[in-house]
Amino acid sequence: MTEISLRLAVSFAQILAEMSIVMVTVATMTYFERKILGWMQDRMGPMEVGPYGLLQPVADGIKLFFKEDIIPAGANRAMFKLAPVLTMVIAMIGFAVIPFGPDVSMTMFGMTIKPFVVADINIGVLYILAIASIGAYGIILGGWASNSKYSLLGGLRSAAQVISYELNVGLAIVGVLLLAGTLSLVQITEAQAGGFWHWFIWGGRPDGFFPIHTQIFAFVVFVISAVAETNRIPFDLPEAESELVAGFFTEYSGMRFAFYVTAEYANMLLVSCVAASLFLGGWNAPYPGTILEYIGLEQLAWIEHIAWFTVKVYFFLFLFIWLRATLPRLRYDQLMRFGWKVMLPIALGNIVITALTLYFFPR
Amino acid sequence: MEQAFFFYFAIVIAAAAVFVVAVRNPIYSALSLLIMFFHVAGLYVTLHAEFLAAVQIIVYAGAILVLYLFVVMLLNLRRDDRYHRQWPMAAAVGVTLVLEAIVLTAMKGWTAPVVATGTETTVGGAGNAEAIGDVLYSTYLFPFEVASVILLVAMIGAIILAKKDVGGDAPQL
Repeated sequence: MTEISLRLAVSFAQILAEMSIVMVTVATMTYFERKILGWMQDRMGPMEVGPYGLLQPVADGIKLFFKEDIIPAGANRAMFKLAPVLTMVIAMIGFAVIPFGPDVSMTMFGMTIKPFVVADINIGVLYILAIASIGAYGIILGGWASNSKYSLLGGLRSAAQVISYELNVGLAIVGVLLLAGTLSLVQITEAQAGGFWHWFIWGGRPDGFFPIHTQIFAFVVFVISAVAETNRIPFDLPEAESELVAGFFTEYSGMRFAFYVTAEYANMLLVSCVAASLFLGGWNAPYPGTILEYIGLEQLAWIEHIAWFTVKVYFFLFLFIWLRATLPRLRYDQLMRFGWKVMLPIALGNIVITALTLYFFPR
Repeated sequence: MEQAFFFYFAIVIAAAAVFVVAVRNPIYSALSLLIMFFHVAGLYVTLHAEFLAAVQIIVYAGAILVLYLFVVMLLNLRRDDRYHRQWPMAAAVGVTLVLEAIVLTAMKGWTAPVVATGTETTVGGAGNAEAIGDVLYSTYLFPFEVASVILLVAMIGAIILAKKDVGGDAPQL
């Protein structure tokens, strides 16, 4: 029994560490978003709290924590309370399968531990898809339980949007799965080692540079669909503020509101991690091996790997903010037409072409 | 340990399934169904069928049930009595099933244990999806194709039904 409890304790510590990283990143993201949006719109962004407004996330957190928690009179109280928690939990558990460092295992207390991935399960990609697909429940339930027409409309829009774009995400991934021949995120990342021409966005064969298995179309489809799935501008119809007040979380305040916002940022972080792992080589450096390895610091190579992973993830996070500052919101019918008539055929075509090139030029 | 998990999943599945039909509010019904799907997926995991578990959640919980909720919310169903005096029939069926279960449990010691046949291959975790793909495209190719044709028919039917109302250019069927 001690072995099980030890294992539980180690897993718990890992989960705690990963969750703290996610929460800190979310807090930083809220700051960066406002700052970058400010710069892009030729203004300063937050400047008042701390130097350059650095303590703004802390101030926001304290404010939200002490705000009054309001439950509307006609709301379904149980569901109203459950929905934000559900959204938050679903946004958090997806990180369990993300490998944010090299696939090393170390032995501690007589058992092997993989320090850089919480759970190396062999269906990692499917797990992520499953988590993403049930993410809609929190939004739908929150919209419905609020007993407000704006919330309900936001929830319904979200349901339709998530179903439409989740399909594209799933189909865009198939090309990568064909190339890697596995569903495990750890192994998919490993298959892209050895320089940026091996990343699945280019898809060079292991023995050459020529990008014959390029997944760049799948990459574009994946990123656009990911933006749509996280309800970000220009696909933020579930919370369109000029039409629906604030969409599905119109009636929420205080910490429940904070849960929704945190979950949105955590989802952005999750899809950024997945996009980096699937298409940009995850923690692999864009050159073979690592610099620290060449200068004889092999045991510290993981620092460089993690640094590269962070760089890639932050690139995607910046992209999200960039899009927000640039693009206007789509109309609802445009959103649906784009999803079904543009993205879906591209994703399907990509599968056919990847399968053909793999058949004629196997890796 | 494994048995404890099995009984947990089994009990929750049964309870949730009862709630799906017993609860008056259709939203609660849908949520009970969600809980049930999750526990069925958990059952698959205890059987080392991780691929099936994930697909179960993606397809049923992620797509179909979201559509159910969508429709339920859109139509705003009234909470009415949905049993329509089916209690006698339900009781008869239920009693039969319970008797059957009791008899089967009691008989368990008497009959010879079912010997595992050679057809079921023990697949390691990694080959899970591969094994399903292999079987699906070789042994069960025909049922698989039939199922896809049936789905195609349903899809075409849905499109025709939905198109009927649009303007005057609908096909005359």
